[in-house]
Amino acid sequence: MAKYITRRLIYMVVSLYLIVTATFFLMRLAPGNPFTSEKKLPPEIEAALNEHFGLNDPWYAQYGDYLLRIAQWDFGPSFKYKTRTVNDLISEGFPVSLALGAQAILIALALGLILGIIAALYHNKWQDYGAMIIAVLGISVPSFIMATVLQYFFAIKWGLLPVARWDSFMHTILPSLALAASPMAFIARLTRSSMLEVLANDYIRTAKSKGLSKGVITVKHAIRNALLPVVSYMGPLSAGIITGSFVIERIFGIPGLGSHFVTSISNRDYTVIMGVTVFYSIILLVSILLVDIAYGLIDPRIKIAGGKKGE
Amino acid sequence: MEKILEVKDLSVSFQTYGGEVQAVRNVNFDLYKGETLAIVGESGSGKSVTTQTIMKLIPMPPGKIKSGQILFEGKDIVPLSDKQMEKVRGKEISMIFQDPMTSLNPTMKIGRQIMEGLIKHQNMSTSSAKERAIEMLRLVGIPMPERRVNQYPHEFSGGMRQRAMIAIALAANPKLLIADEPTTALDVTIQAQILELMKDLQSKMNTSIIFITHDLGVVANVADRVAVMYGGQIVETGTVDEIFYDPRHPYTWGLLASMPSLENDDKSELAAIPGTPPDLTNPPKGDAFAARNPYAMQIDFEEEPPLFQISETHFAKTWLLHPDAPAVEPPDAVKRRMRKLSSTFDKPVLVKGGK
Ligand SMILES: Nc1ncnc2c1ncn2[C@@H]1O[C@H](COP(=O)(O)OP(=O)(O)OP(=O)(O)O)[C@@H](O)[C@H]1O
Ligand SMILES: [Mg+2]
Repeated sequence: MAKYITRRLIYMVVSLYLIVTATFFLMRLAPGNPFTSEKKLPPEIEAALNEHFGLNDPWYAQYGDYLLRIAQWDFGPSFKYKTRTVNDLISEGFPVSLALGAQAILIALALGLILGIIAALYHNKWQDYGAMIIAVLGISVPSFIMATVLQYFFAIKWGLLPVARWDSFMHTILPSLALAASPMAFIARLTRSSMLEVLANDYIRTAKSKGLSKGVITVKHAIRNALLPVVSYMGPLSAGIITGSFVIERIFGIPGLGSHFVTSISNRDYTVIMGVTVFYSIILLVSILLVDIAYGLIDPRIKIAGGKKGE
Repeated sequence: MEKILEVKDLSVSFQTYGGEVQAVRNVNFDLYKGETLAIVGESGSGKSVTTQTIMKLIPMPPGKIKSGQILFEGKDIVPLSDKQMEKVRGKEISMIFQDPMTSLNPTMKIGRQIMEGLIKHQNMSTSSAKERAIEMLRLVGIPMPERRVNQYPHEFSGGMRQRAMIAIALAANPKLLIADEPTTALDVTIQAQILELMKDLQSKMNTSIIFITHDLGVVANVADRVAVMYGGQIVETGTVDEIFYDPRHPYTWGLLASMPSLENDDKSELAAIPGTPPDLTNPPKGDAFAARNPYAMQIDFEEEPPLFQISETHFAKTWLLHPDAPAVEPPDAVKRRMRKLSSTFDKPVLVKGGK
């Protein structure tokens, strides 16, 4: 196990290096620079700014410099927010996005699995149709509409929950729900189809032939096998969600990481783009690793330990 | 001898997009305590559907029991609910399935899969169920069972998986064991071992067995009686001797003629039955076998043959046994093995009202 994880960590460092390099050069290729804006800057000032941020150095110097700083977990200053570093932005925004994302993932996973399992167990009955209508709504309604609908009913009309901001647990409920809706729907559909496939397997009939009840068969034989596709979807999903959602954060006025990602791109804020990209990649790679480990735990045919067990 | 199972007039259909598939049509048979009945017939003849219906394991819907009774120890199980069937399945009746590679749960330890039934039906504690699982694995000839109980199916070979399936099926000492082609997926030496094992266990536990196969060679080895299925119907039943030495139905002749035998290693005579199985969505009028039957008469295409009784235990469903039918000679390969059996009636007797 330790050996496997070490090997995976080495792969992760290599992938990260490639991602950093690719982002670095792709950004140079894009026209314009961080100081391009509607109001044209006097050329002398722009030159001075470029000088100040090292943009006049040859590319290899900038590249080497950048790699070195990233290796020390220093993403440098923001080009736009003069007083804050990229590290500051990440350490302020990420905990908020993480909390929101984690809550949303829990909701999406719990509801999605329940809906999907019910739909599969009652295949082609009203429970199935009901669950799938919810799923289709969840997938097709965009999150900003979901968010405004939730705000309208729960906050404005019934006054049960705060409309926006990020102060107490009550404030987190609506944005978590809005963020969870579409992954929940996706997980429900995935679980349903995967459960249906598993339930048609010969070993389910074997379980039935032992006289086990429907409940026991579902819990002990079907769900575990049906979980695999859901688990592999969880990797990219959780990375995407915990690094923040621009739309939801904007609508609810949440100081998360998601908004930085989008604004930094339109601002050509090189260091923020790079920093957030690298950060996102790390989260993604870690969640993929976790998914692979979970896979090995669920399905004994996938051996992650290598040796030890078996033949 | 006491009957453990009586299947009466059983019909099973599947509702599909193409129409109603009449997989089993008016099947009748009995099974006695401690007896082994072999069901033979080509692919699609309804062997699995018939036997899975006995445990009510066919998916319903699309499957449906259209008519009939299944009396297990005198009690009809057709009207039982799923909940009530849980007390029959795995306790009174167990099943070994056709494909050992897919019939075990890949993510559950073999030991667990054996223990489940024991914990459910015999109120065993986990530890005593585990001991029993180890004992069962040893009984079915799996070496180092203490280690093997904790392994997963992918760590077992095909033959070992089938042994594990047998261990699961027999763990609860069922009164009736249904083995659906338990050896088809295995190679010949392992086949022989598994058959030996089942016979052995039967004599120890006095289990009744329904043994499904399309290999007549296996039948002679294990069975007391044989039922030949064609197109969802039983076309001939009799003791092993009656089926092998005095077969009456032309489909049984075809099966026997296509069987390689030890006395006669002239392979050139091996004749496969030409043609294709009948379409069970629109079963043919008359005799389902008529289209492939070289002995078919006009009436075979018009009217379904009744059942004729040839001895106390021997029945066949063919117009050839009718007093007005012309005398026909079975194929050479079959004729050579024909023998006069002492129990045979003077003349076939028409059985009134089905059976
Ligand atoms: N779930 C189902 N839906 C529709 N038709 C089915 C279903 N299960 C079985 N059948 C049909 O019932 C008929 C009998 O099938 P069955 O599995 O009993 O054959 P078999 O004699 O066991 O054949 P084999 O030797 O290949 O196992 C076939 O025509 C098959 O297509
Ligand atoms: Mg079959």
